[in-house]
Amino acid sequence: MPYIPHTEAEVSEMLKSAGADSMEELLTCLPADYRVEGSLRLPAGMSEMALKEEMASMASMNCGSGERSVFLGAGAYAHYIPSAVDHIVSRSEFFTAYTPYQPELSQGTLQAVFEYQSFVCRLTGMDVSNASLYDGASATAEAVLMAGRITRRPGVLLSRALHPEYREVVSTYLGSLPESTGESIKEIPYCPNLGSTFVEAVKTALTGDIACVVLQHPNFFGTLEELEEVAEVAHANGSLLVVVVNEPVSFGLLKSPGEAGADIVVGENQSFGNALNYGGPHLGFMSAREKFLRQMPGRLVGETVDTEGRRAFCLTFATREQHIRRERATSNICTNHGLTALAASVHLALLGEAGLRELAHLNLSKATYLKERLKSIEGVNLIFSSPTFNEFVLCLGTDPEPVLKVLLEKGIVGGLALGRFYPELREHLLVTATEINSRTEIDNFADALGTVMASVLGVTGT
Amino acid sequence: MEEPVLFERSVSGRRGVSPAEHDVPVTDVSALIPERFLRSQGEEAETTYDPMLPEVSELEVVRHYTRLSQWNFGVDTGFYPLGSCTMKYNPKINEDIARLDGFTTIHPYLDESLTQGALKLMYELEGYLAEITGMEAITLQPSAGAHGELCGLLMISKCLKARGEHRTKVLIPDTAHGTNPASSHLAGFKVVQIESGADGCITLDSIKEAMDTDVAALMLTNPNTLGLFEHDIVEIAEIVHERGGFVFCDGANMNALMGLVRLGELGVDVVQLNLHKTFSTPHGGGGPGSGPVGVGAELAPYLPTPRIKKESGIKREGESYSFEYDRPDSIGRLKAFYGNFAIMVRAYGYIRRCGPVGLRRVSETAILNANYIKQRLKSTFDLPYDDKPCMHEAVFSDTGLKETGVNTMDVAKRLIDYGIHPPTVYFPMVVGGAIMVEPTETESKAELDDFIAAMEAIAEEAKEKPELLRNAPFTTKVSRVDETRAARVPKLKWMPKDHMTAFD
Amino acid sequence: MEFPEDLKYSKEHEWVRLEGDTAVVGITDYAQDSLGDVVYVELPAEGDSVSRGETFGVVESVKAVSDLYSPVSGSVTEVNDTVVDGPEAINEDPYTEAWMLKIELDNIDELEDLLSADEYQQFIEEEK
Repeated sequence: MPYIPHTEAEVSEMLKSAGADSMEELLTCLPADYRVEGSLRLPAGMSEMALKEEMASMASMNCGSGERSVFLGAGAYAHYIPSAVDHIVSRSEFFTAYTPYQPELSQGTLQAVFEYQSFVCRLTGMDVSNASLYDGASATAEAVLMAGRITRRPGVLLSRALHPEYREVVSTYLGSLPESTGESIKEIPYCPNLGSTFVEAVKTALTGDIACVVLQHPNFFGTLEELEEVAEVAHANGSLLVVVVNEPVSFGLLKSPGEAGADIVVGENQSFGNALNYGGPHLGFMSAREKFLRQMPGRLVGETVDTEGRRAFCLTFATREQHIRRERATSNICTNHGLTALAASVHLALLGEAGLRELAHLNLSKATYLKERLKSIEGVNLIFSSPTFNEFVLCLGTDPEPVLKVLLEKGIVGGLALGRFYPELREHLLVTATEINSRTEIDNFADALGTVMASVLGVTGT
Repeated sequence: MEEPVLFERSVSGRRGVSPAEHDVPVTDVSALIPERFLRSQGEEAETTYDPMLPEVSELEVVRHYTRLSQWNFGVDTGFYPLGSCTMKYNPKINEDIARLDGFTTIHPYLDESLTQGALKLMYELEGYLAEITGMEAITLQPSAGAHGELCGLLMISKCLKARGEHRTKVLIPDTAHGTNPASSHLAGFKVVQIESGADGCITLDSIKEAMDTDVAALMLTNPNTLGLFEHDIVEIAEIVHERGGFVFCDGANMNALMGLVRLGELGVDVVQLNLHKTFSTPHGGGGPGSGPVGVGAELAPYLPTPRIKKESGIKREGESYSFEYDRPDSIGRLKAFYGNFAIMVRAYGYIRRCGPVGLRRVSETAILNANYIKQRLKSTFDLPYDDKPCMHEAVFSDTGLKETGVNTMDVAKRLIDYGIHPPTVYFPMVVGGAIMVEPTETESKAELDDFIAAMEAIAEEAKEKPELLRNAPFTTKVSRVDETRAARVPKLKWMPKDHMTAFD
Repeated sequence: MEFPEDLKYSKEHEWVRLEGDTAVVGITDYAQDSLGDVVYVELPAEGDSVSRGETFGVVESVKAVSDLYSPVSGSVTEVNDTVVDGPEAINEDPYTEAWMLKIELDNIDELEDLLSADEYQQFIEEEK
């Protein structure tokens, strides 16, 4: 039997020591009328070799970025992961451990988390970072709840340029709270010319019951937001600015949200060291100003000393957490995303400051080249004028779905049709380029789109 | 040996990995992005070298983390009987299959025609988990157990709203994990604590008394955190249902029940599972896990979006899979995309490897191992609840050690010197100085015997050399850690010495 | 463990010292001993009003949180910043240095319901 070491003889001996004549005797506390009759209706067990073959065949039914040119981002980014990352996270001392409750036995995990917290603080320009959250969307929801606790206000302003699925998650989290119902979420439109959140609309919506304004930066359209301007008006209203970053490679070039005036910065660190994995596990992060430390959800690691005065690390500020404060905890989170945070740390350490800057610059160059190539195609227009980082929105002037189908036949995944999230953008595509996309791929994409658009214009143009 | 924090190894200009070459024109950043958006660089660096990220070589990074790993303890290192956490062996094959390119490189927004393998795997895993738990439908979306709890409670809340009922309370036994009350609060409910009976289980009377028309749900853990099966579960569920409430089972301890009983048949309406416990996926030093939720028919319409559906008869050898978004009653989403897919791959592999016979044997052996330890150690350590065989774990206390002046924490720390990870301690709170031992089925008799011998030796040491226990451990990189100082003088990130503030 | 005779005690383990119309409030030696090393205290602001039996703050050790229940009703005239900045004072000197609040009493008769040092000691013996 897989993974069970006992021999028949050992089982008999152990039953005897346990004071039972048979296994059944140990199961007498289960209700006799409700025991499973026979066995569960599941496929029979299989050998490791058979499993490996079966899984390989299942995996081959998927087409990953190795086989096609993929220009998708929208909150999940394909970046090159240096080999050392997986070698380190594959060390079983890391991945077969659990939450470092016993610091003497967990200095490895603890120091690694401490370093991760340090990296996140520096990237985001904030004072304190937690050990990780699940993903960018749930981290955004946690930030909104945290802002509510800090300001004791019920209202939330969410930019419509915040990832639509993040907005859905915030609404799910707030949905059943009696004091802050779903109605207290207000969405702020984006400016149709700039592609960034309409700052005037933020100003109008900032009433005395607003806990926070949530902006994504770069936003869902890849566009940069006027964080400083929004921070100023939010703060003047006693509200907090929550900045969501789900393409953290942008930190290499962009001013940190902390410097721009954010109070809480959350988002997704998947881009560092973590594969797409069909959407999970990714890596939610949260950092905040020092004064909000006690309202933060999640684990925190701190530096201290042992009885000999040597540097040591341990979990700290645990009184915020569910295992101590129970229903008054800052969150229900327990298991977080420790191993994906380790992967991010290793990648960041390998990059270093200069490496991250270069990587960010490379992403900007790739996306800029792609943008230049695509916008020169007849019928293709850029609709937003604000600066972008590594993704941007195109208007095709036609339903993108058939266009994407033709591109797919040529092995190109040409972006995300936005109509499913924004009815007003039903002719629009969100297109992303990272260092993964070679110049040849980009050229092929542009050529292919040019051909498709020519035929579309040929049909509809006259 | 001291391993510096990476920043302390940093040397200006040193490089680990370099990104790929520019094969497109190098852009002028300041021409594309106005200065107000750009990170300022270099000014501070002239006076103090303080990089945003450490600048170290690849070998330094590899050595750094290799050293750190050696100061850690995982299931692969040794016996890890951390009660309630099910630290079973994480099969290596699962790591291999989860790293197949066809799984790791797929973008969540790829057209469904390009991800049929992933969708099929998720669809089938839902089916397997439904069969194991006896529930009607499963969602794989939640990221961890607590996330699953929130998911289940939100569904209950939404369903009650649809029924036109306003129920505000959730009943939670005093033995529950802290996540239960925390999740209930997050879902907008008030928590009412239920005291366990003399045998460690919930009594019918306490439920009869507490179960009024304000109660939305009873949230219990079965087996509970004392390792005991809630023997009155069927009758308890009947009372809760009669009075219009739901029964939520925290499935953290599902490792004891596979192929033996099915929660859905016992009257459970919602259960959350932990793939990183029962289904052998690694705990990762604190995640990522995965917390699927199973529901009965009444709650199924409220499951998070999207659902996965299977259609037969069109193409792909007669079957195709897709996401279904149009679910008007759904609670919505709990995370972006679809769940922790790479964890699902591992759990799927585990279930396929074990099959129904293997899974039943897993649970039986987990129970056998716990009872073996329980019987062998109960003459040495006080065992507060001993009416019946335990399930997957046994909870001892330090009451018997009172005279020695040694407590549970000292025993836990001393176990480390014997090469064993301490059990869960001081939980559940109904047991004073609790020592919660969950051996899991993957540990051999020899390993259990070593643990028993170590615990017996420690009990002797407690009498003869209590100081030894109070100062343990002696074999670790650091000795006991000053957690009070960590909280009084918070230092939550690395700071260059001359930048230290009072806070840092 | 010490329980000064001149103080009044509540069953929630707070002590009160009467200074004119003002009650000085803190937590008892028994309370600090049960909590262990105190690492954090949260107190109301000057001018806030507190009610007898209601929570007025929180005291935390590394692994425990305890609500603070006001033994009297009134308005807060002074808050001891020393305990907020250095909560270890609560462990070291719970009755003098680590007073928490000065409260202008609404009703001095409330003090009569509190326990004497002897009564309080008896109460904690029973609680154990």
